[in-house]
Amino acid sequence: MLEVRGIDVFYGDVQVIWDLSFSVSEGEVVALIGANGAGKSTTLKTISGILSPRKGTITFNGEDILKIKPYRLIEMGIAHVPEGRRLFVEMTVEENLDMGSLRGTARKERQRNKEMVYSIFPRLKERSRQLAGTLSGGEQQMLAIGRGLMSMPRLIMFDEPSLGLAPILVKEIFAVIENIRKEGVTVLIVEQNVKQTLSVADRAYVLETGKMVLEGTGKELMDNEHVKTAFLGV
Amino acid sequence: MSVQIEIFLQTLIAGLLLGGLYALIGIGMTLIMGVMKIINLAHGELMMVAMYIAYWLFVLFHIDPYVSVLIATPVMFFMGVAIQKYLINPVMKVESILPENQVILTVGIGMVLSNMATIFFTSDYRSTPVDYASNAFYLSDYWRDSPIELSLSIPWTVSFILAVIITVSLWFFLTKTDTGKSIRATAQDKDAALMMGVNVERMRVVTFGLGAALVGAAGCLFIPIYYLYPALGGKFTLIAFVITILGGLGSTIGAIIGGLILGIFESMTATYVGMGWAPVGRFVIFIAALIFLPGGVAAILRRHKLGK
Repeated sequence: MLEVRGIDVFYGDVQVIWDLSFSVSEGEVVALIGANGAGKSTTLKTISGILSPRKGTITFNGEDILKIKPYRLIEMGIAHVPEGRRLFVEMTVEENLDMGSLRGTARKERQRNKEMVYSIFPRLKERSRQLAGTLSGGEQQMLAIGRGLMSMPRLIMFDEPSLGLAPILVKEIFAVIENIRKEGVTVLIVEQNVKQTLSVADRAYVLETGKMVLEGTGKELMDNEHVKTAFLGV
Repeated sequence: MSVQIEIFLQTLIAGLLLGGLYALIGIGMTLIMGVMKIINLAHGELMMVAMYIAYWLFVLFHIDPYVSVLIATPVMFFMGVAIQKYLINPVMKVESILPENQVILTVGIGMVLSNMATIFFTSDYRSTPVDYASNAFYLSDYWRDSPIELSLSIPWTVSFILAVIITVSLWFFLTKTDTGKSIRATAQDKDAALMMGVNVERMRVVTFGLGAALVGAAGCLFIPIYYLYPALGGKFTLIAFVITILGGLGSTIGAIIGGLILGIFESMTATYVGMGWAPVGRFVIFIAALIFLPGGVAAILRRHKLGK
């Protein structure tokens, strides 16, 4: 479904991604794991067109998405739940959800999808008229996920969804991600919470300083010596 | 005593009416500021252009300035769109120019506009002598035994009401339509807006057009009660800037409140200190806002709403 081939990405003159390739197939949950600064978020930003690679290709269902305007990607079915939530803090919860469904069929199905999001996260419904900036961290993450789901994505990319959340909320968020996958949506997830992530991922890639160093199924990586010492603290 | 109250109330009314028009000017600038993160220092000059449009429509075709709102506003919208698309956007794409310096381009645009107006229309003072210019409502006409006498100038009142109508329609546009929400989203977080499928570049163009249209409408509302000359733009750019600082950069409600505060403050200064002191009052309130209220009215509102 998603094919990333040999991309090099730069911030100004500094190269942060080196010849990175990976793929995500329909219905999979794929994780990118690695330490801070490994280039995980940069990879997601490149897929959503906020950054452009100097080299390499990215295709989605065979279509070259580097040639497509970034604002059209959501219409093709790629949703991005960004790091740090990036909500519109001075808009209400409901308006934030509206923003997730600006285009295509998602626009027509807005009301129905909103009900769907409210049924997953009843707390958002209670706070639908509140400003997004007044929500707690966990609620903000729910809203960010809800906003992503409003676009009726085929591929949803999560960037550090568990960042800064209490353990109980982390569990809840991961349960939601599992449910999203059961609905047939493909998931690409970036996380520092490696243990939790590997337990839900079908496959995972390990990044170190912008380069791919390992890949395998979630279980394989969980047992891998390198992963154990570097990320799991075993 | 009742004379004192009368003067005070009359000053307050005058300030409120002026403030309503100021708010309209300020909203345009603050919208542009919010979405593009640059101060449009050609704002007053755009208003001057709209005033000349209204003036010539009045002189040549006897079109009432209030009717000209319907003509000058769309013209100014397209002018704003063109300025953004062909002048500002290309400069914004050049990475070696710091964003702060893009402001200088707007200064240049302002200079070109005011000098072109001088070349074409000379620097003469002009006004549109509408026949209702000095008509007014008097309180005693409606309430015979009123202990105090107040008057409401008809053109000022009409201008104020139209300004309120325009502001309310803008509010509906920004909160109820997808395009309006996209503009607000772009102002708050442009990358996130892009991820949600907002065509950020188009929103910039639309916003600049909208800002120009709003100040254009303000120009048409001003001309029946004001005089017109090419250099008038600079003064109103300054006023818009003060309102934007007072209201808080990028905040629409802030700009409305800031406009009203400035209008009332100027009117009070003119009555109680002296006519010539109104611009001084403007600077006092500007400095005071910077020192005592950084972030402007919007900062107070935000603290209140976000409970921080």
